[in-house]
Amino acid sequence: MKSKIRHLIAAMALVLPVSGTVLANEGPALEKAPIDIQDTESLQRGAQLFSNYCLSCHSASAMRYNRLEDIGLSEEQIKANLLPDGAKIGDQMNVSMDKKDAKVWLGAAPPDLSLIARSRGADYLYAYLRGFYRDPTRPTGWNNLVFDKVGMPHVLWEMQGEQVLKTEKNAAGHEEHKLELVKAGSLTKLENGKANTVEFDKRMADLTNYLVFIGEPAQVKRHQIGYVVLMFLGLLLLPLTYFLKKEYWKDVH
Amino acid sequence: MSKGQKLLNWIDDRFPLSSMLKEHVTEYYAPKNFNFWYFFGSLAMLVLVIQIVTGIFLTMNYKPDGTLNGAGIPVAFASVEYIMRDVAGGWIIRYMHSTGASMFFVVVYLHMFRGLIYGSYKQPRELVWVFGCLIFLCLMAEAFMGYLLPWGQMSFWGAQVIVNLFGSIPVIGPDLSVWIRGDFVVSDATLNRFFALHVIAVPLVLLALVVAHLIALHEVGSNNPDGVEIKKLKDEKGIPLDGIPFHPYYTVKDIFGVAVFLIVFSAIVFFLPEMGGYFLEHPNFDQADPLKTPPHIAPVWYFTPFYAILRAIPSFLGTQVWGVIGMGAAVVVIAFLPWLDRSPIKSIRYRGPKFKFMLVLFIIAFIGLGMLGAMPPTAGRTLISQILSFIYFAFFLGMPFYTKNDVGSVPVPTRVTETNGKCQLQFLVLVAVTIIAAYLFGTNV
Repeated sequence: MKSKIRHLIAAMALVLPVSGTVLANEGPALEKAPIDIQDTESLQRGAQLFSNYCLSCHSASAMRYNRLEDIGLSEEQIKANLLPDGAKIGDQMNVSMDKKDAKVWLGAAPPDLSLIARSRGADYLYAYLRGFYRDPTRPTGWNNLVFDKVGMPHVLWEMQGEQVLKTEKNAAGHEEHKLELVKAGSLTKLENGKANTVEFDKRMADLTNYLVFIGEPAQVKRHQIGYVVLMFLGLLLLPLTYFLKKEYWKDVH
Repeated sequence: MSKGQKLLNWIDDRFPLSSMLKEHVTEYYAPKNFNFWYFFGSLAMLVLVIQIVTGIFLTMNYKPDGTLNGAGIPVAFASVEYIMRDVAGGWIIRYMHSTGASMFFVVVYLHMFRGLIYGSYKQPRELVWVFGCLIFLCLMAEAFMGYLLPWGQMSFWGAQVIVNLFGSIPVIGPDLSVWIRGDFVVSDATLNRFFALHVIAVPLVLLALVVAHLIALHEVGSNNPDGVEIKKLKDEKGIPLDGIPFHPYYTVKDIFGVAVFLIVFSAIVFFLPEMGGYFLEHPNFDQADPLKTPPHIAPVWYFTPFYAILRAIPSFLGTQVWGVIGMGAAVVVIAFLPWLDRSPIKSIRYRGPKFKFMLVLFIIAFIGLGMLGAMPPTAGRTLISQILSFIYFAFFLGMPFYTKNDVGSVPVPTRVTETNGKCQLQFLVLVAVTIIAAYLFGTNV
């Protein structure tokens, strides 16, 4: 037994230095997306943004419109506000734009967004949505801080305004890229040269939240069922089987 | 005679029901000193059942079809999301299956480690060990082919990398890899055959091997943490003095183990199904795209030790086949343990310092290789992988030499020993250390 513990400690001694080198290799940490998957109001605002701005080019073909009942919308609300003309409530969120046309127009077909939050992570999406800046060298006139040479134009520029890229050298001599707001949009303000982006950031958090939701619509339910299952196993089955075993083993010496 | 007894007699005249139950359950005598490590055999059976049952329900809704649907999504990829969203209870079945795959390897690795430390592979249990190694091999094939089915980026490129390995075999290699894929790249043809192999061919072999593993075990009897043969000392009725019937003692004990396991399993299924990208890799939520190679192709965690050995071995004489041979040898060499180990002592409790030292190195090498195999290679990492690969093979191939006269200070007892409070405290410390190590592993790699 003692030797086994020693083995594990020795194994851990190896784990630590290796893990240190891995951390050093990753890029700058992304800001944590301030999302709450249980906040249905935020999800509803995100759904509205998504339908108005994203869904004309990006599909979310794994999602059906009626699944939005999960975020507190009624069938009537979905039909009145989010459903495209001619679509049925049980339809998937597809786009009419042809993939081949899209490739010609934009350089790459806009990806399906059903699972984008699961492949990229919420923090990345939150940074991406807020990361567009003016870049005259790009055909669209826009580039993105976390997705260099992105094909997508800045669809939300009227809300955010215009940002430019500033490169500064930090104390350690490394180059640091920062975005600076130079022209206010409908949801941002420039007060005495200081940017106030709280309102825009909030809306982007809503949109990120919604993308996380459509990545796995069952996740809130999954957590709810999980608590019940763990309570049953931990409070009922575990003690029951423990005492059963103890009772049977009383006569083993 | 009661009606039940009559029915039983009727069956027994035609089928050996009672005698089989006696032989394998109620009068199968197992040593009474099994500890924590002895839960993992029955747990492996549990996971096998979980995988088969959830797998049956998944096949009812999954479509092994690599062509694109109307929305430009591969049908196979879309059908997994259909299961996750539109099939009633589909997400729970899918997560049980994906978590079960990883937990199968967790349980089987711990089960094999148990055999390693207590010498369960030694005479007369060589065949139990060899059948077990074949099960492990089947499991790897099963996991590899199952991983292609969701048809995500890692499914596709992982399969591409592994099948290409066969292409490095001299002369027949290129044709062999085309034969395996059924195409020049991983394609719909590959997906269909992997589906067939995953759902029927390999599971059939796996089940047959599990039966062989158990029959061989029940023929020779279980080993125990002391490595004492309980059959040597029997009472006047021919029952081993240190043996207790498997049922009810170990059935109730294993049910307790099942309860603990289910808590861990459910915690993952309901709260951490992706396990931070280790059980379900993030890039696998992107559909397979034969034109877009991901920047970093990593196998799932349970293959990484062997993948690291593959990458550690450089190509020379104009061929890369040496890495493939090394990886294959790393799996196959495990089956030769019974003949590599020359020590008369089974359990690590009574072995000498040389084996313990080598075992420490081996554990470090295995875990280290597992971590390195998940990371993109650098010159430094390749060097560490080479050193660890050397240690991995030195543990096995050096065994005939370092186990020969390696005897501990405490002699092997004639009867099994009792676990005391001190042992249990040490065990708790062991668990705590394991959890800390697992945390570091999960958060930092």
